[in-house]
Amino acid sequence: MKPSSFVARHVATLPKSGIRDFFELVAKMKGQDVISLGVGEPDFVTPWHIRESAIYALERGKTYYTSNLGLIELRRAISKYVAHHFGIEYRPEDQVIVTVGVSEALDIAFRAFVNPGDKVMFHQPCYVSYHPSVTLVHGVGIAVPTYAKDNFALTAEALAAAWEPGCKILVLNLPCNPTGGTCSREQLEKIAAFCREKDLLVLSDEIYSELTFEGTHTSIASLPGMAERTVFLHGFSKAFAMTGWRIGYACGPSELIDAMMKVHQYAMMCASIIAQEAAIEALERGWDAVLKMRDQYHRRRDLVVRRFNEIGLTCHSPRGSFYAFPDITSTGLDEKSFPIELLQQQKVAVVPGTAFGDNGRGHVRACFATGYEQLIDACDRIERFVDTKARAAVR
Amino acid sequence: MNPVLKLLLEGGSLTTAQMAQVAGLSGADVEQHLEQLKTEKIFLGWRPVLDLSREAAAAAAVQAVIEVRITPERGGGFDRLAERISRFDEVQTCYLVSGGYDLLLIVRGATLQKVASFVSEKLSTVEGVLSTATHFMLRCYKDQGFLLESEEPKGTRLTVAP
Repeated sequence: MKPSSFVARHVATLPKSGIRDFFELVAKMKGQDVISLGVGEPDFVTPWHIRESAIYALERGKTYYTSNLGLIELRRAISKYVAHHFGIEYRPEDQVIVTVGVSEALDIAFRAFVNPGDKVMFHQPCYVSYHPSVTLVHGVGIAVPTYAKDNFALTAEALAAAWEPGCKILVLNLPCNPTGGTCSREQLEKIAAFCREKDLLVLSDEIYSELTFEGTHTSIASLPGMAERTVFLHGFSKAFAMTGWRIGYACGPSELIDAMMKVHQYAMMCASIIAQEAAIEALERGWDAVLKMRDQYHRRRDLVVRRFNEIGLTCHSPRGSFYAFPDITSTGLDEKSFPIELLQQQKVAVVPGTAFGDNGRGHVRACFATGYEQLIDACDRIERFVDTKARAAVR
Repeated sequence: MNPVLKLLLEGGSLTTAQMAQVAGLSGADVEQHLEQLKTEKIFLGWRPVLDLSREAAAAAAVQAVIEVRITPERGGGFDRLAERISRFDEVQTCYLVSGGYDLLLIVRGATLQKVASFVSEKLSTVEGVLSTATHFMLRCYKDQGFLLESEEPKGTRLTVAP
């Protein structure tokens, strides 16, 4: 008898994250002055007033379960925040659910909406968990390619080309991890028209939306005819630097939220009350801190994108998120050998683009949520690495 | 806003070369912006923020916050007196404030007696000074944005994460 024989087939065949392999490689070099641009979270600590409100909640003995949907005070704060920043009205009583991060919101959404065999579309390269999460609920993942020539925006044309009968859901993540791709309002309107035409449910992962550097972010849920077929997913991890708190939310038509709640109540009961209390403080008084952090990310983006292009690694300037996604093929290496050799020779970690799907080939993801000195040092090291490759090629 | 001023306000310890990289300017441009700020007397000088409490070699120093009530002057208000008081070397900082007194001073001296002497012999005797209230600083917890004893925790992020 082998214990592995108890593992369900669909889990046993689930591929391990490409990130994990690279993580283990970097971990072996601990203590060797590695600059990691492979992180996926802010370098800022959660603003003190938010941490302090959580401590205060603990001191007041807030340690019990909350309603499955989350504290009503938090749902009211979410409703107000989303109305103010995104222009969409959701009733706190029955159109908002508080979850354990956007990750749980996505998970319960898939479990609530995907029948075995249903097809779920997602633009790629994308966050590592979308496709596996669809597989875990016995759905079929349909990747829609995005391209460097479009700065990795999702186009309605690519969506139409990838669509096939049986497609039920479209997952959007704009701004996108790992590409930094965003869509203009015009592009989103075309995507929305397609979704209405094909009767698709949209799960819109808005986690990087506050980190939009130029123009304003438009959520597809705010477009005419879309609120009734979109679940708006958001959280606090990136904008408020609350990754470890594991707190997020979903907003949508009450029938959809109710279905998600059914899964949530059995699987999770409720999100942590302390994280919920902190989230209230974040929404009510955290905006100044968000603006300060966004301003930092903006300048770091400008620095990194400029340096990459000067070095000869073509890189579009992401309109949002804190990831740059340069094309590294000018070095003659591919997206797997470039990070490995860069790590070994110059001790800088970036993530292979194919960890985020096949369309990431030829690219690497570099996170610029790191201090200026490390970013400058990392760019200097990458420049030296690229120079040695260029000189080797000439010989 | 002057891009170099923005970086200075953040309080980081970037070199001019690093500022140039971050702001997307040449080193010469950064120097020029700095000169401009000096000419306009927006940039007055550099002063590091130090915690000398554990530095044995550093001369002991006593600091006090002093509330000063003064008589405003016809045609000049508080300005002339405030400037006269500010010129004393012992006065590190001088603010005109609203509330129950007029000037807030931060005064520094080698010993408690020296600060006390300054207050009684130099400050209180300035014509126009009505009264002073001296509060000796006992311990510093935070200075100009820098925490002294308890640091903000450094990032212990996963080096590679999705």
